[in-house]
Amino acid sequence: MVETALFPLTLSEATVRKSGVTLVGPVDLEIGPIGTTVVIGPNGAGKSTLLRLMHGLDRAAKGRVDWNVPMKDAQNRQGFVFQTPILMRRSVVDCIAYPLLVHGVSRKDAHAQALDWADRVGLADHAARPARTLSGGERQKMALARALIRNPDILFLDEPCASLDGSATREIEGILKSARTANTRMVMATHDMGQAKRLADDVLFIYRGNVHEHSTAEAFFKAPQTPEAQAFLRGDILE
Amino acid sequence: MNDILQGLISAGWLIITFDPDLIEIVLRSLQVTVGAVVVSSVIGLPLGAWLAVNRFRFRRFVIALMNALMGLPPVVVGLIVYLFLSRSGPLGVLNLLFTPSAMVIAQTIIITPLIASIAHQAIRELWAEYHDLLISVSTSHRQRICTLLWDGRRALLTASLAGFGRAIGEVGAILIVGGNIDHVTRVLTTAIALETSKGNFSLALALGFVLIALAILINATVHSLSQTERSGRW
Repeated sequence: MVETALFPLTLSEATVRKSGVTLVGPVDLEIGPIGTTVVIGPNGAGKSTLLRLMHGLDRAAKGRVDWNVPMKDAQNRQGFVFQTPILMRRSVVDCIAYPLLVHGVSRKDAHAQALDWADRVGLADHAARPARTLSGGERQKMALARALIRNPDILFLDEPCASLDGSATREIEGILKSARTANTRMVMATHDMGQAKRLADDVLFIYRGNVHEHSTAEAFFKAPQTPEAQAFLRGDILE
Repeated sequence: MNDILQGLISAGWLIITFDPDLIEIVLRSLQVTVGAVVVSSVIGLPLGAWLAVNRFRFRRFVIALMNALMGLPPVVVGLIVYLFLSRSGPLGVLNLLFTPSAMVIAQTIIITPLIASIAHQAIRELWAEYHDLLISVSTSHRQRICTLLWDGRRALLTASLAGFGRAIGEVGAILIVGGNIDHVTRVLTTAIALETSKGNFSLALALGFVLIALAILINATVHSLSQTERSGRW
C-alpha cells in the first residue's frame, strides 16, 4: 500500500499561549517535503515552542497546524530530539528500542534494530549500559538513534548540540547528514550560526514569537531582508 | 530491663528450637500480610499512576482524599469490615468473618491508600520527566501507565514495602475481624497483644523481637534482590 504523503505541513495563524501570554504566533508557514530547515533567533524568541507546536507537543490556542494526513497518522511519522535528552531508566539499547516496542514490533526485532542503530551512532560498546551513565554527547546520539529508529518522515531537533563540544557536535552532524541523505526531512532549532550554515537548506528567523523571515539559507546569510535578522547576524543584542 | 533481656533470650530460644507455635504464627502473619500487600499493590500502584497521568475534574480532591485515607484508624476499618462480614451484614453469606481472608480484606483497605499515595508521588515525578517523550512517540494511555510503572518499579517497590511495614505491625483491625483464634487467625501482633494482657511480658517481647527481625529481614531481602541501591544508575 502506498503511504499518503505527509507534507506539506501548514501553519495558519497558529498561536501558542500559556498563562495568557502569547509565546508564538500568529504564524503562517508551509513546510515542504525536502531539505533541512533551520530555525534561528535570539533566546526566548519561541524557537522551541514553534518546533513543539509543529510536532504536536504544544497545542495551538488559535489557528491551525495541518498535515496532509490526519494528525494521529502524522504524529506516528515524526521524530523529536530534545535539547536535553530524556533518559529512560533503561539500558541504552532498551531506550533506543522503545519507540518500536510501543508500536507493536516484537521485542526480538526491536532489540536487533536498536543494536543496529546503537552501532550506527557509535554506541555499540555501550548498548548494555544504563542510559544515565552516558556522557552528554553519547546521550544525544542515543536520543537521535531513538528518534530515527522508526524512519520518521520528519525529524524535529531542538538545539541538539547545545552544550556539546566540537567533536560531539561533529559526530551529531554526521548522523544528521546521513539522515538527510536517507530523505528524512529535518527542522532544527539552533543557536550556532556555523551549524546553521553547514546544515540549512532554508532558514526560519523567529523573533518575539513571530516568523520574520523564511528564505533559502544562501539568501538569508547573504542578504537578510528584515532589520531584526540583519541585526541578529551582525551579532547585535536583540531584546 | 530484666523483661527486655528475658524477652531477647526467649526470642532466641523460640527461633533456635523452631518452636512449632511460633513458626505457625509467623507463617500466618506472612500469609495475611503478603496477601494484603499483593492485593493492595495490584490496586494501588496502577491507581497512583493513573492519577499522576490523568487530568480530570475533582482530581485534586481525589488525591487529597487518598492522602487523608493513609491515616485511616485500623480499629474503625476493622469495625466496618466486621459489620460487612458478620452474619447480618451484606457480605455475611460469604462466611469470611474470623478467617485469614477477612484479615487480608481489612489490611488491604488500610494499606491501599498508603501504597497508592506513595506510588502517585513517585510516578508524578517520573511522568514530569517522561511526558514529552511519551507524547512524542505517540504512546497510548495504557502504554504510558505501563511504561511509568515499569521504569518506576524501584520507587514503587518502596511503596509496597511501606505497605508491608504498616500491615505486618497492624493489630486493631485484624483482632476485630480475625478474632485471634488459636491455630486459625492468630498472628504475631495479636499474639503479642494477648500475651501482654495475660501479663506474660517476656513472651510478648520475644514475639515482638521476632516481628521486628522478620520485618527487617523481608525488607533487606527485597532490597537486595531488586538491587534498589543501584537505582541511582538507572
